[in-house]
Amino acid sequence: MAIEQSFTEKDYKSEYSVDWCPGCGDFGIQRALESALAVLGLPPHRVAVFGGIGCSGKTPYNLAVYGVHTLHGRLLPFASGAKLANPELTVIAAGGDGDGLGIGAGHFVNSGRRNLDLTYILFNNGVYGLTKGQPSPTLGLGEQTKSMHQKNLHESVNPLILAAASGYTWIGRGYAYDKHHLEELIIQAIEHPGLSYLDVLQPCPRYNDLQTRDWYAGKDSEPPQNRLYSLQEEGYDPLISENAGEDQIKAGIARCMEKACQWGDRIPTGVFLRNLARPRYLDLIAEQIPAYSSTPPANYPIADAEGRSLADLSGILSKLTVG
Amino acid sequence: MKRSDINWRIGGPQGSGIDRIVVLLARACALNGLEVYARREYHSNIMGRHSYVDLRISSDPVTSHAETVDLLVAFEAETLCRHAWSLSPSGCLIHGADDAELSLERITYLDQRVKEDVQARLDEQGLQASTAGVLEIIRHSGVQTFAIPYKRLIKMLAQDPDVSRREAELTRNTLAAAASCALLGYPQNHLLSALEQTFADRPHVLAINRRALGLAYEFVAGEFGQGACKMRLPAGKVGEPRLLLNGTQSVALGKLAAGMGFQSYYPISPASDESTFLEEHGRVPLKNGEEGGPLTVQTEDELAAIAMACGVALTGARSATATSGPGFSLMAEGLGWAGMNEVPVVVTLYQRGGPSTGMPTRTEQGELQFAIHAGHGEFPRMVLASGDLNECFHDAAQAFNYAERYQVPVIHLLDKALTSTVQTVPSFDLKSVRIERGERYRVEEDQDVRCPRFAITESGVSPRPFLGQPGGEHWLTGVEHTVEGRVNEDPLIREQMMDKRARKLEWAAHEIPAEEKLRIYGAPETPLTIVSWGSNKGAVLDALVRLKSDGINARLVQLRILWPFPATELSGLLVEAAPLVVIESNQSGQLAALMREQTGYTCDHLIVKYSGRPFSGEALHKVLRSVHDGTAQQRIVVSNPYE
Repeated sequence: MAIEQSFTEKDYKSEYSVDWCPGCGDFGIQRALESALAVLGLPPHRVAVFGGIGCSGKTPYNLAVYGVHTLHGRLLPFASGAKLANPELTVIAAGGDGDGLGIGAGHFVNSGRRNLDLTYILFNNGVYGLTKGQPSPTLGLGEQTKSMHQKNLHESVNPLILAAASGYTWIGRGYAYDKHHLEELIIQAIEHPGLSYLDVLQPCPRYNDLQTRDWYAGKDSEPPQNRLYSLQEEGYDPLISENAGEDQIKAGIARCMEKACQWGDRIPTGVFLRNLARPRYLDLIAEQIPAYSSTPPANYPIADAEGRSLADLSGILSKLTVG
Repeated sequence: MKRSDINWRIGGPQGSGIDRIVVLLARACALNGLEVYARREYHSNIMGRHSYVDLRISSDPVTSHAETVDLLVAFEAETLCRHAWSLSPSGCLIHGADDAELSLERITYLDQRVKEDVQARLDEQGLQASTAGVLEIIRHSGVQTFAIPYKRLIKMLAQDPDVSRREAELTRNTLAAAASCALLGYPQNHLLSALEQTFADRPHVLAINRRALGLAYEFVAGEFGQGACKMRLPAGKVGEPRLLLNGTQSVALGKLAAGMGFQSYYPISPASDESTFLEEHGRVPLKNGEEGGPLTVQTEDELAAIAMACGVALTGARSATATSGPGFSLMAEGLGWAGMNEVPVVVTLYQRGGPSTGMPTRTEQGELQFAIHAGHGEFPRMVLASGDLNECFHDAAQAFNYAERYQVPVIHLLDKALTSTVQTVPSFDLKSVRIERGERYRVEEDQDVRCPRFAITESGVSPRPFLGQPGGEHWLTGVEHTVEGRVNEDPLIREQMMDKRARKLEWAAHEIPAEEKLRIYGAPETPLTIVSWGSNKGAVLDALVRLKSDGINARLVQLRILWPFPATELSGLLVEAAPLVVIESNQSGQLAALMREQTGYTCDHLIVKYSGRPFSGEALHKVLRSVHDGTAQQRIVVSNPYE
């Protein structure tokens, strides 16, 4: 009989000296993730956290689950492979804005085309921190952070709109220094049946002197006016229900995109989209390959005790036989 | 005239169903106990450009195409102009009646170089610049020519109210196949059985094609007389049923036998044929009553294809990706990650003409050194190369055993020539396929330490946990790391881990028996020694038979594991080699260079072909004769301007 086991944040923490800078937003995300895993009570061996390249990609180092530090930009294909082969795993992908929207933009978009149950947390700070502060794809046109020698001549990409256009079915945004809210968002993202994208505004205290903690807190205005607000507190409903029609789906995605356009003095956080109308990739595979649900690639038996193949190829071979 | 084998060349525009006619004829011959070898040449084009197939039919197994054509079936004027010159004087040409008088200028895709060449031949004889001139020249040399009025026959078929004009048009291949068979005096029944097999699930199409078959036989009997061609097909040897298939199918079957759970790919010529075959036929029943077979996923690019395949392999499923040169270039980064994290992933690499886009549908062995060195930094990998369809099957299966035993990426090298060739082969020996999963990590009772994923061992191989396994939690990273997968740049740990990974390959080289690394064919003690790899095997074997009938003995050392290089085993064989010949399908002689680097032996003769077309036994025979006679240059380039 299975024993109900409960877990605390400590069960997911690894004894490891994290080498993020003091005050880095990454710490908040990591703690929120640990708490979320504890709330969900997921056994550590059933959780695989994948990291991209950059400071954010080091997240798996700090967790006592299966931790996989991948290649620059290839985070989502690695994570997708593990989930496809073993759907019982809870797979979380943690990467930066350069990783996901620069070198990995193709995978960002095309993963959206597969509504696979992954949670993608993008640490969005506008800079390539680990290589000392070059502008990332989310830094605005004309902006110049302190380590840049010239103004940014590239337009920024809006990851939430890109996610919505690509087909992500859950889209949210959190703030690295609001651990409680972030934890709630991570829980929802993990529980969502499909691909979720969680954008986390994560100030880089070392290299981004524009979108700082003080800037988000609105300390540049008098009196200070917090730039961040919660969509849900303002009554925004992100849901596209399971049986929604084409028009309702379009309207839901348009609402999400409209909210995602807001930036500057008022920056929305919370859940932008929760689309239950689109089929899960895993279900579509199971429709095509009925055996997939019971015996996905990681589980199906391939050899007997003597190492003889279990595959019965007589059917295919007879089609190719002559004479 | 009955010969032991004949070479039947069928050419026409792409999209006109050349492959269909080949399958029909190949089946018709195989059903009669004949052996079939069909080499295919085509352009990177959907329709219109010239393509052709050399269908070699023999009473005995065939391992190579031939360059002299006995029977040429031309569906277009280009085939006539390009291939007429390869006809044997006792050969026979079957062409469309409409192509009998076409000016050279009107042949759209015929290369300028060939046009000028044909023009010069016609000028020399004072003939007009048209196909009529070409026909006259070859008739003069003794070739029989037969014009088939396809349009008229198609019109006759379409008179049936049940047959649309379009459906009648589509029988052109059957008409040509049937006309050829009728001219050869080959009985209808074999072709009929082949049609029934081909259209088993489409009775209407079968009925139309059956009519076309009858019509073509009637036409030939009335116009030329049944069996008007002087040539006859060889006699079939009734024997065991055989497989009729190509290399991509053989590789796919090997993967299915090996229990592959996942394959990723991005569309690319010529590799994608394997993945689409898996998509179509990949659901296989398992002997325990369940269903198996891989999940095949088309990814957004090859960067994702290898990354996804690695992600899958981490969970314990057998995982592969298949690609060709340009895609493999993109996979270099993923290959390094697999090397660093000791991931058993199989990369099936179908070489084609490079560099860059190169010649996507032509063959080449240009990626041997690239496969061995792809990726930055130093990490172990294995490189295997198959020489025939049976090896395609067994190597594809064995690649997973090596990958899991040594926890390294394994690159299975193939090329376009080998994998697009359709052949009859004895059925694969499924019983001999053995599945070895390598060392698994087992959690000890009361274990309180984290899994030492990269434990230091004598062989370098660490027991492997699968993602999702209770107690197996560990870290993986492309950064240098400790036994636990912890990022670490300590100089001593770095040395220890580099050595550990390298040791796996030394272990493999030590442990793998010599017969898996190389094979020797021909007279084993003969000094005339040929070292080669991959698809050249078939052509060399064909040449060895021809040499033998000249009274010349030679032996082939076929290298099957190219990395780790079988230096010890090969060196032992080369002591008495004289002359030492290397044969490969590339410009620079990559194997010759590798052999020199690894064994110190320099070849006396390097025979290369890099026109994008494969060697034939016929051409190699001539070259090897000159090597034997002592008249050959050190470097010999084999070329044929009409391929």
